[in-house]
Amino acid sequence: MSTPSTDSGRRLEIQDLHVTVKTDHEDKEILKGVTLTINAGETHAIMGPNGSGKSTLAYSIAGHPKYTVTSGSVTLDGQDVLAMTVDQRARAGLFLAMQYPVEVPGVSVSNFLRTAKTALDGEAPKLRTWVKDVNTALEQLNLDPTFGTRSVNEGFSGGEKKRHEIAQLELLNPKFAVLDETDSGLDIDALKIVAEGVNRFRGQDGKGVLLITHYTRILRYIEPDFVHVFVAGRVAESGGSELAEELEAHGYDKYVKAASV
Amino acid sequence: MTAVADALEMERVESHLHPEGSFEVDDHAVPTGREEIWRFTPLKRLRGLHTDAVLDGSAVDAAYDAPEGVAIEQIDRGDLRLGSSGFVPTDRIAARVWHEAGRRFAVTIPADAELDRPVVVTLTGTELEPATATHAVITAGRHSRATVVLRFVGSATLADNVEMVVGDGAELTVVSIDDWADDAVHVGHRHAQVGRDAHFKHVDVTFGGTVVRHDTTAEYAGPGGEVEMLGLYFADAGQHIEHRLFVDHTAPQTKSHVTYKGALQGEGAHTVWIGNVLIRKVAEGIETYEENRNLVLTDGCQADSVPNLEIETGEIKGAGHASATGRFDDEQLFYLRSRGIAEDEARRLVVHGFFNDLIRRIDVPELEEQLAVTVEKELARNLLAEAAR
Repeated sequence: MSTPSTDSGRRLEIQDLHVTVKTDHEDKEILKGVTLTINAGETHAIMGPNGSGKSTLAYSIAGHPKYTVTSGSVTLDGQDVLAMTVDQRARAGLFLAMQYPVEVPGVSVSNFLRTAKTALDGEAPKLRTWVKDVNTALEQLNLDPTFGTRSVNEGFSGGEKKRHEIAQLELLNPKFAVLDETDSGLDIDALKIVAEGVNRFRGQDGKGVLLITHYTRILRYIEPDFVHVFVAGRVAESGGSELAEELEAHGYDKYVKAASV
Repeated sequence: MTAVADALEMERVESHLHPEGSFEVDDHAVPTGREEIWRFTPLKRLRGLHTDAVLDGSAVDAAYDAPEGVAIEQIDRGDLRLGSSGFVPTDRIAARVWHEAGRRFAVTIPADAELDRPVVVTLTGTELEPATATHAVITAGRHSRATVVLRFVGSATLADNVEMVVGDGAELTVVSIDDWADDAVHVGHRHAQVGRDAHFKHVDVTFGGTVVRHDTTAEYAGPGGEVEMLGLYFADAGQHIEHRLFVDHTAPQTKSHVTYKGALQGEGAHTVWIGNVLIRKVAEGIETYEENRNLVLTDGCQADSVPNLEIETGEIKGAGHASATGRFDDEQLFYLRSRGIAEDEARRLVVHGFFNDLIRRIDVPELEEQLAVTVEKELARNLLAEAAR
């Protein structure tokens, strides 16, 4: 897992990314020059305190309209991600597991999954294998088979929402996945189930993962190749998994203080 | 026994929300547009239905399809079934129809009959003028189970009254589908009297026409009756669709549940929903809930939504209402698109989702697919073109 990909062309590359968000009064800069490269086959963890801009990074990569990129670049396998629409980014191979998945009343999970798969592949999946794949994915994430008939995220518990995100990750099988605090709000059993799903995904060849988290807990189940400390809109320090252990012991204080000087 | 008899002694309290009716046309002044009940309606576009337009047109053809056992008859003005629902005109147009209707017909489902397929009455307009008026009486006998579909197509200027008498213990579903051509004008009054322990479901689907206004009212003839009113409408550019509902809880232990959902798209699309519920003193132990939701798909639309609840007894199980009008939820679209679903497809999913639970509750299998297709057609008209810009 920690062996860097030999295919040098395949990577998600973020260069000096500056992003603002519109507030009532002004455009507030949240990301202040993020630079990060995730090669195919690598898992990177981004850790940081609340308000450091971790989620903004996730949403900016996915193209959420609330955020405006003012400078910098994001490329996927050399293609300009920022020039793509939200759905084009997904079709190029990006996936965002959201911290707060959105309810879509009246649209069933199975209809949603089939529509997404069809959009990604450019053709409808073969019915028989698809139904089997969906059932397997739901079962592996400990989701009831009747789950498919429910409206997307409507009335789901917090844990169901997160497990549903990871079921999508496995079924839609992107090149690069950004997981935005997928671990938050999960009890330990649910966390293990979710981590197993992520590990199945990245166990395949050439998959990249950007794991955004506030806590070190999930890193015991999903071992990252690189850990980045994210403070005040940029990467403050990068290292291996030993950096997570240090954060576990000492917290973010040191980095927050340094950033506020 | 005396307690029951007392409870059934109905006190006709005049509702502040609802004018007292009269069969006399002259008792209803020609509306000016300033009246509460007319303030939203574009009177100038009614082609004189509310003033003195000749109503003897025969430009609406009727076709009937009914399973065996159901009687469909043309009836005369003196027929006793007319007015048997307790219907009394509450505005000038309804009173004019009462006197001047060129076609009166009765659909009668015998007691205990259980129909295996819907009765379908198709009214096809062939000319805009002269205007046409019809009066129908649908009677579901005791313990019968039936679905009646009234389908309006073509071009016409139509004013109609539809009375529905739901016998004790009967289950009647009446589906009204306005699938008119773009130039039709339709002002309709529908009144139901719901018998003891009866279940009445009214489904009002409004897609076509330039001005469509439906007053739909219900009262109860005994305790234990249930009324479900479902509405689905789709207003395009320049279209006025108005629904005025009134559930009069005239008996104890009755229920009413009203859900209307609409989508608006295009310049000048206007929808009006007025949901009136009156809980009379006698109506103890009742339950009522009404809701209206509007999805505004483009700029330039207006959705008016006014729920009114008037309560004359506190001895009830529950009463509530909700009204919400919103635009496309950007977060929903983002979520769907972040999975690779293109914007137009994402919009289509959201709109279908918006109507889906309602279409399911209509629960007339013969219509479900057709309604989904009609929603799709409406979307193709404007929304997708909008997304492509």
